[in-house]
Amino acid sequence: MSAQVFHPSTNSLARTSLLVGALLAAIIPALLAVYIRSDFYSRVRDPLSQPIPFSHERHVAGNGMDCRYCHTSVENAAFAGIPATETCMTCHSQVLAGTTLIQNIQTSWDTDKPIVWTRVNDLPDYVFINHSIHISKGVGCDTCHGPVNQMRLTWREHPLQMEWCLDCHRHPEKFLRPREEVFNMNYQAPADQLALGERLVKEYNVNTSQITSCSTCHR
Amino acid sequence: MQYQETRRTPAEVLAEPVLGSVQTYEQITDRIASIVLTDKIQLGWLVALTIAMSMLGMMGVSLLGLFYWGVGVWGLNNRVDWGFDIINLVWWIGIGHAGTLISAILLIFRQEWRTSINRFAEAMTLFAVACAGIYPTFHTGRPWLDWWLGPVPGVSTGMWPNFRSPLVWDVFAISTYASVSILFWYVGLVPDLATLRDRAKNKYIKVIYGLFALGWRGSAMHWKRYNTAYTILAGLSMPLVFSVHTVISFDFATSQVPGWHVTIFPPYFVAGAVFAGFAMVLTLAIPLRHVYGLQDFITMRHINNMAKIMLATGIFVVYGYFLELFFGWYSGNEYEMALTYNRLFGPYAWSFWALIFCNGVVPQLLWSTRVRSNEVVLFGIANVVSVGMWLERFVIIPVSLTRTFLPASWGWYFPTRWELSLFFGSIGLFLTMFFLFIRVLPMISIFEVRELAHHKMHEH
Repeated sequence: MSAQVFHPSTNSLARTSLLVGALLAAIIPALLAVYIRSDFYSRVRDPLSQPIPFSHERHVAGNGMDCRYCHTSVENAAFAGIPATETCMTCHSQVLAGTTLIQNIQTSWDTDKPIVWTRVNDLPDYVFINHSIHISKGVGCDTCHGPVNQMRLTWREHPLQMEWCLDCHRHPEKFLRPREEVFNMNYQAPADQLALGERLVKEYNVNTSQITSCSTCHR
Repeated sequence: MQYQETRRTPAEVLAEPVLGSVQTYEQITDRIASIVLTDKIQLGWLVALTIAMSMLGMMGVSLLGLFYWGVGVWGLNNRVDWGFDIINLVWWIGIGHAGTLISAILLIFRQEWRTSINRFAEAMTLFAVACAGIYPTFHTGRPWLDWWLGPVPGVSTGMWPNFRSPLVWDVFAISTYASVSILFWYVGLVPDLATLRDRAKNKYIKVIYGLFALGWRGSAMHWKRYNTAYTILAGLSMPLVFSVHTVISFDFATSQVPGWHVTIFPPYFVAGAVFAGFAMVLTLAIPLRHVYGLQDFITMRHINNMAKIMLATGIFVVYGYFLELFFGWYSGNEYEMALTYNRLFGPYAWSFWALIFCNGVVPQLLWSTRVRSNEVVLFGIANVVSVGMWLERFVIIPVSLTRTFLPASWGWYFPTRWELSLFFGSIGLFLTMFFLFIRVLPMISIFEVRELAHHKMHEH
């Protein structure tokens, strides 16, 4: 028998480390589950800086512009469309012309190079979303994009994680509105939303069994 | 105690006892522990480790490339979505099976010849499972999201994994196998770690072994608890020998791809795994016993027994190949028949005939005692079998996937340099871990050999 390497007190250290290990095994995943849902992780309500300090509040709430004036393909295509510089210049060739505020629009116009915006609602590449189908089934713009008419710099209103998508794909009746209200940024859901939603699900032929299958969004 | 190499007949060679000429318990401990507790670093070991680590570096580069450019660097395409990744996963997992079989099943059946080979066979299992684990982990393309595969509450996908999918069963089968194997190996190591702790001269080495020995003092109570734990773990491991490769075979058998949809797959995969595993144990055991002078512990009896198991499981596997062909014909299904014809005479026919040569023809040499008593030939056969088992998975995966139902979607698969380098790299990972293992841990279970010697001394 050789000399002891460890002091007897290390026995309690060993037992404590077992307990701590078990606690950590429970706590760390729980913390991670909270963290991945935090606004910090998903960058929710974090206004992104853009090449031009574009304000949706100014254009929508202030000037009363319709979403489709700029996002032209939203009713007919997968991609809603980001306006070309020419679209901006329909007004800004006059309004604020020559100011530093819209200098980058002018540069883009002069050099014939598009403005490179920073994407706010950026889904992973393995997710396919089609804007037009959502519009025609009565999903309002603000259901996903939030109160865009109050955003000075645009932020992401929702985390865009799959459980968030599934909230609606599993229960579309909680969110649907009449088609004519889709672009109404001030729409208020009625008190009997569920009754309305269930009626719209039938009327718009929303196939609830199909929209939760994998290949609807992952192709 | 020098091993005597005299001219003996093959029958005499194979009649060696399971424990050679070691006289005392002290000798057993000295011989095994001295390999680990020496201060000298052998040049041969260092060279081998260097080669292994440079191969491991190749794996690092391959994985970096994979991260940077994505799975597109592999030769997979829209038709052949499984290639080297799944071939090598199945190959490595199969190799791992011998360790569990030797340590658990042979323990429960009280086969005393398992004693001196179980430790390094179990280590081989763990390292093979680690190499296998590389593939499913990284072939997802987004390995940082791999935890979505598990039933983790609180995953942001808002759903559970698809429990009807055998790919999810895989996650459970492999992770259970890995964790039970690690526990089993570690519990078996504890008394030996205590021996190393007590024998080490250097204080730091004493502390390191001491930490892992968990305060083992060898009291009667310790031994009682040890035996209970070890038997329970053996009981848990035993079904795993069968379940893991069964579940892997379900990845194929539950699909409808011609050549995969076969009921023989589970038993045939398990037999193939044991076959491949024993081939790898022989590949490691034959050089080890000579390099480290362990001929008294790993005797020709062991080598002979392993060769016989290889012969038996090899015959099961060949039976599986013939049944696959039979099913193709007997199904009366034109797709199955076309696949069978394609396997025998199609563009990949070379792989099928090479497989029959490696796993069907060459192992038949093992019927001869002269072959079984010749270690050089055995080493060669074991390597041929490893190649054959790799070819088996190649024949199953790309050969079926390149020729499915629609001729319009027929394709071709050949690995890119990234897949090849990752494969060689995974061999490097295996060898690196193995060379480190034989340097820092006793590759033969000291106390179990002492127990065996005890039985030998008192068996009258």
